[in-house]
Amino acid sequence: MELTKLTALELGGAIKRGEVSVREAAEAALAAIAARNGALNAYITVTGERTLDRAQALQAGAGTARSPLYGVPMALKDNICTRGVKTSCASKILGDFAPPYDATVVDRLREAGAVSLGKLNMDEFAMGSTSETSFYGPVRSPWDLERVPGGSSGGGAAAVAAGMGWYAIGSDTGGSIRQPAAHCGVTGIKPTYGTVSRYGLIAYASSLDQIGPLCRDAADCAAVLDAVMARDPRDATSLDGDYGRLLEGLTGDIRGVKIGLPGECFGAGLDGEVRDAVLGAAQVLKDRGAEVVELSFPVLEYAVPAYYIIAAAEASSNLSRFDGVKYGWRAQEYGGLEDLYRKTRTQGFGAEVKRRILLGAFVLFSGYYDAYYKKALQVKAMIKSAFDQAFRRCDLLLTPAAPAAAPRLGDSLGDPLRMYLSDIYTVSVNLAGLPGLSMPCGFDCRGLPIGAQLIAPHFGEGRLLNAAHAFQLDTDHHRRAPKGGDPA
Amino acid sequence: MTWETVIGLETHVELATKTKIFCSCTTAFGGAPNTHCCPVCTGMPGTLPVLNRRVLEFAVKAALALNCQIARHSRFDRKNYFYPDLPKAYQISQLYLPIARDGAVDIRTGAGDKTIHIHELHMEEDAGKLVHDPWLGQTRADYNRCGVPLIEIVTRPDFRTAEEVIAYLEKLKETLVYLGVSDCKMQEGSLRCDVNLSVRPLGSGRLGTRTEMKNLNSFKAIARAIRYEARRQIELIEEGGRVIQETRRWDENKDASYAMRSKEDAQDYRYFPEPDLPPIQLSEDYLDALRAARPELGEEKRARYQADYGLPRCDCETITSDRALAALFEEVTALGAPPKQGANWIMGEVLGALSQRGMEPRDMPLTAPTLARLIALVGAGKLNRNTAVKVFEAVFDTDGDVDGYVAEHGLEQIGDDGLVREACARALAANPRSAADYRGGKEKALGFLVGQVMRELKGRADPQAVNAALRELLAP
Amino acid sequence: MKIDTDMVDYIAHLSRLELQPGEKRAMTEELERIVAYMDVLDRLDTQGVEPMSHVFPVKNVLREDEAAPSQHREELLAGSPGGDQEAFLAPRAVE
Repeated sequence: MELTKLTALELGGAIKRGEVSVREAAEAALAAIAARNGALNAYITVTGERTLDRAQALQAGAGTARSPLYGVPMALKDNICTRGVKTSCASKILGDFAPPYDATVVDRLREAGAVSLGKLNMDEFAMGSTSETSFYGPVRSPWDLERVPGGSSGGGAAAVAAGMGWYAIGSDTGGSIRQPAAHCGVTGIKPTYGTVSRYGLIAYASSLDQIGPLCRDAADCAAVLDAVMARDPRDATSLDGDYGRLLEGLTGDIRGVKIGLPGECFGAGLDGEVRDAVLGAAQVLKDRGAEVVELSFPVLEYAVPAYYIIAAAEASSNLSRFDGVKYGWRAQEYGGLEDLYRKTRTQGFGAEVKRRILLGAFVLFSGYYDAYYKKALQVKAMIKSAFDQAFRRCDLLLTPAAPAAAPRLGDSLGDPLRMYLSDIYTVSVNLAGLPGLSMPCGFDCRGLPIGAQLIAPHFGEGRLLNAAHAFQLDTDHHRRAPKGGDPA
Repeated sequence: MTWETVIGLETHVELATKTKIFCSCTTAFGGAPNTHCCPVCTGMPGTLPVLNRRVLEFAVKAALALNCQIARHSRFDRKNYFYPDLPKAYQISQLYLPIARDGAVDIRTGAGDKTIHIHELHMEEDAGKLVHDPWLGQTRADYNRCGVPLIEIVTRPDFRTAEEVIAYLEKLKETLVYLGVSDCKMQEGSLRCDVNLSVRPLGSGRLGTRTEMKNLNSFKAIARAIRYEARRQIELIEEGGRVIQETRRWDENKDASYAMRSKEDAQDYRYFPEPDLPPIQLSEDYLDALRAARPELGEEKRARYQADYGLPRCDCETITSDRALAALFEEVTALGAPPKQGANWIMGEVLGALSQRGMEPRDMPLTAPTLARLIALVGAGKLNRNTAVKVFEAVFDTDGDVDGYVAEHGLEQIGDDGLVREACARALAANPRSAADYRGGKEKALGFLVGQVMRELKGRADPQAVNAALRELLAP
Repeated sequence: MKIDTDMVDYIAHLSRLELQPGEKRAMTEELERIVAYMDVLDRLDTQGVEPMSHVFPVKNVLREDEAAPSQHREELLAGSPGGDQEAFLAPRAVE
């Protein structure tokens, strides 16, 4: 049995039945990391000994575990706080910061018997769509080492695709789970805003950030969400809900489900192969009994500017606490308090982070507040109501996850505006707080994965996952594994 | 030219909650540096605020008592600036939709009655404490105060004199203390005041350029700072100068204010709605419940004491000057003490004992039942007033058992007239000279004889009774 | 809305970031392009639309006023660059 090829649920079943020990699973993942991470750079921190100790300690409970993910090794994006384990946001400014507390999502995963392998590389402070802005160097796609894995949860997407862990916990502010999932051929879901606690997620844009999983398939996503979705008294924006029944709801039956294709998402700017692959996915769903309707989503072009205004504004505030006084890295030489602030922040943040901080300060500047920030909040309201309207005509929306397959390393860095525009299909979902899922739906002529995005109304995770599950019952894109990073 | 001073106040009041506004750390004053802290109030990355229910309740109670319009829909905003006492580099406050606006407070000064208008009242978090360490040459940041809940009460520029400002602050303090929402201790910083002041020719309808004064730590300092700053501005203008809008720091030792080096030439706080805290929506039921639960305030108590107990106005003012004293008075009265007796004991012995010990009324060990028992024993003739004062002193610090102490020390007043008469007779026999002097018209001699009898009876007799018995025995 | 180098200087100051002269020119150009692109929003009529700060109509999320133990000071200070046992250290904050 080649363990790293299994899904998380398959491995969890094997552990429960005693066919595989938790330690064997962890060793298999650590071996894959040892073999491939040098080329892929998906991990910033690998917790080797700690991982094996944890695996050893869990073994005794394996037979009687209630969680289907008990003993399954996984990894966390490096913006999720782990007590005593370095949490860097892939930024120089956090230095070797080891938080004095665990994020709520970490507590919940521990209760579900998760074994953490370490912390995943990402765009610095989750700001980027390529995972190239990391202080620890770019992540490379396991499908083509000269290409990016997408971002900002690129380390997680690459790790899951390359067998260096069975699932990853990422975060999605404007597409940071869905877009790298698409570029790496894995399944990722950003659940409804407020369903997974943000306590312990180092904030980029608080009103948009949401934690979610990147997995081998939709069923694994359902199992992970069952473990982590819950109201958290430490997060005032977390919501009450009927959680924990997603996995049991995966019937594959989507007869009569109405799937809307917004015309604006299939027009100019979309790569032809991506378009064909996503429309092909619509056909597969139709063949399983879904109904496909075309509709219009006219505010789409306003989503990206509104998103970048809001995200940059919140980021400029959220990142002000990194000043060299309380934690993390401090500049070596400085002349006084103000100079310490300036030197630490100037040397500690990368170019993209600084760009967004400045943009955020600009849009919040009192003279321009109404013209930009307030206007963006109005557009946000209009986007939400556009979704409400769309969901009166259909149950799910189907769109591309990204306009094209993964770009080459370095291609996006020179042109920030072009990179921002590539988020066109994903950011509106965050503005409206909706659940969105990305699933592999084909490959382009170079063999690069293509992802389709499904969007549901609030709390529509069950519907979303069942449609993706149905799709995956009839397709095998999600089973293809890349070769990149294998030792020659 | 006659000048008019125009003053507005921004008052920060710490709320008397058990825990901080956004985390469960204690608000207790003092404590070793950074020991009342957690990841939330030290601004650790990834942490989130959750609003303390009682902060909202206290803010609304205060706003209702200050006759404000309560916002049915309210929200928090972030105020962004860098300073080491603010670990998140933003303060969670309220700018766009504060919890209350448009209140009014009636004050009385020597110049008459006046209404001070409140512009707004909002909730926010306190910052930490910075101490410069000359040994290290560095600033030490202690975050124990970070996240302690505050309300900021901003008035309109309605004040014209320091007396009005003090009258307002006294009224504000009394109101908030009676509501139980703050202890308003200026020395511990739980009531802090910034004074905005400008001057203009009397009769002018335009406001002059104002300065803001900070670091005012007592009512006395506020009054002096106002007089100083008004004089400074007037002199400046009369000498042909111009007032600059600036923040000035009051130096109590030098009795002068000086301009603070501005933290930044032009601050822009880039306020925006706090995404981590959902908005607040208040129902009529919630407000009705708080209105119904409002306790009697100082002004109402004074009126009631005058009307119901016939106490003089100045007695009422002394007793209601402190919530704990008023509570003691009401309890003692409820336990049967005659109101005037209760008032006299509180204004005399109780306040005396407190000041001797440098103690706040609310920290007083003596309880109402003890004081009431003492008053009752005096009233029943079981203790004379002088002995009662001694008992009071003896039981004050431990809230001791009055009856036990009286019995143990044999202090009960001798009610037996026969015993008193016999002692008087013995005293007359032992002091024939004094008896003769009295009979010869020297009234003073009687006092000596009373003293002799009281000494023999170890002070346990009623001096009035001794006096009467002696007169009777000496009567021709 | 035009972004010039004075504006970039000011927002850099507010953000406590330093830009070298060459960097400043490039950053100004980039921000200008981005902000010009954002002006596409001017085409959208938002008259009468209530700005939406929170996407869900959740209100009054409150905690009880009950104290919990604070965190051990050593843990809070463990990562502080000042390296003190009792307090966070910063260069003199001038008052």
